[in-house]
Amino acid sequence: MAKDGVAKLSKNVLRMKFMQRGLDADVKKQLDEEEKRIISDEHWFLDLPELKAKENHIIEERSYVPCEDLVYGRMSFKGFNPEVEKLMLLMNTHKEEEDEDEDGNFGKMETDITDEEMARRYESLVESMRNKFAKKRNRSAVTKSEEDVNCNVVDNQPKKAFLKPQD
Amino acid sequence: MDTIHACFKEKIGEVLLPGDVFSFSFPESGDGTIKTEKIICGPGLRRNGEEVKVCKSGILRHKQPNMYWIDSQQRRYVPAKGESVIGIVTTKAGDVFKVDVGGSEQASLSYLAFEGATKRNRPNVQVGDLVYGQFTIANKDMEPELVCIDSCGRANGMGVFGADGLLFKVSLGLVRRLLAPQSEIVKDLEKIFPFELVVGMNGRVWVKAKTVQQTLIVTNLLETCENMTSQQRQTLFKKVAAGFF
Repeated sequence: MAKDGVAKLSKNVLRMKFMQRGLDADVKKQLDEEEKRIISDEHWFLDLPELKAKENHIIEERSYVPCEDLVYGRMSFKGFNPEVEKLMLLMNTHKEEEDEDEDGNFGKMETDITDEEMARRYESLVESMRNKFAKKRNRSAVTKSEEDVNCNVVDNQPKKAFLKPQD
Repeated sequence: MDTIHACFKEKIGEVLLPGDVFSFSFPESGDGTIKTEKIICGPGLRRNGEEVKVCKSGILRHKQPNMYWIDSQQRRYVPAKGESVIGIVTTKAGDVFKVDVGGSEQASLSYLAFEGATKRNRPNVQVGDLVYGQFTIANKDMEPELVCIDSCGRANGMGVFGADGLLFKVSLGLVRRLLAPQSEIVKDLEKIFPFELVVGMNGRVWVKAKTVQQTLIVTNLLETCENMTSQQRQTLFKKVAAGFF
């Protein structure tokens, strides 16, 4: 290897961290600034004056529906199609609720099914869940006591547990 | 803001022609404290820079607080986003149905845009079915797209309908009168006999009643009451109700 008088290290090596520990703060700063300048020179930018996005005061609306507050398009009269009548109530009160939002109208909540239906459904649900998790031996007992309308069934057998041998 | 509303106010209820211009200068928005209100231009009005131009002939209407539009008559429907229309399925092209809505182009309706539809569970839609759907995309640059569910994924009455009944076409003005919040035509009609009605914003109306004769009566009534005054209409309806029973 041809040896020069002074070992000439490349710029990149000099920029490495371990070479910079011995440097002064000033020299470090200079090097940093040079690097930044090189990087920012490489960035492209448009030499235009700053354009502000114009705030539009006029909004275009293409549909007639919000203008004239048109109602829902499916209609049924005198109970011809009960589902459509339910839908009519639902959709048209939706629209009214949007208008009356500020009144704080805390009336009865909109329900898809009535309260009685809900109660009935819940009853049968509790039953079926109970059946599901009852032990096999108890399952017949549970179902029998439900079917008996008069509820005359007395709880008969004592629970079968492990009897320790008495020795 | 008062100048803007004043410009409009003097013309509310008057007949305007295409080419009429409302121009006003907005205050410079350099002052952030002035809160400028927005004006909503409905159908028939177009924004042209800082001006508002009339592009359809009709009567200028106003709704509080800041909505203006032109009330005009036409029969040809132009799809607009958010409107519910009745369409007829014309072709099935892979995953998409092509639906005729009465506009310049056929709208596309994806098979996934029905309630409870998945890739395996396809909706039962055949060519020639009637669908009631809403536009999600409807502008002059793209093909309009329909969907039959709302943003929560529920159908809300949209989808295929119309096992029986009759579909016919009316003008758009009559459709708007039928769908107005306190529509007199609807109130008069519902007294006659029970029936079902689906009104699409594209001028198509579907009617179903118990017998064919009743269906035809409702159809004829709707078609004729377009050009009647309310009094003529009420006498006609009374005659029909009387003659029917």
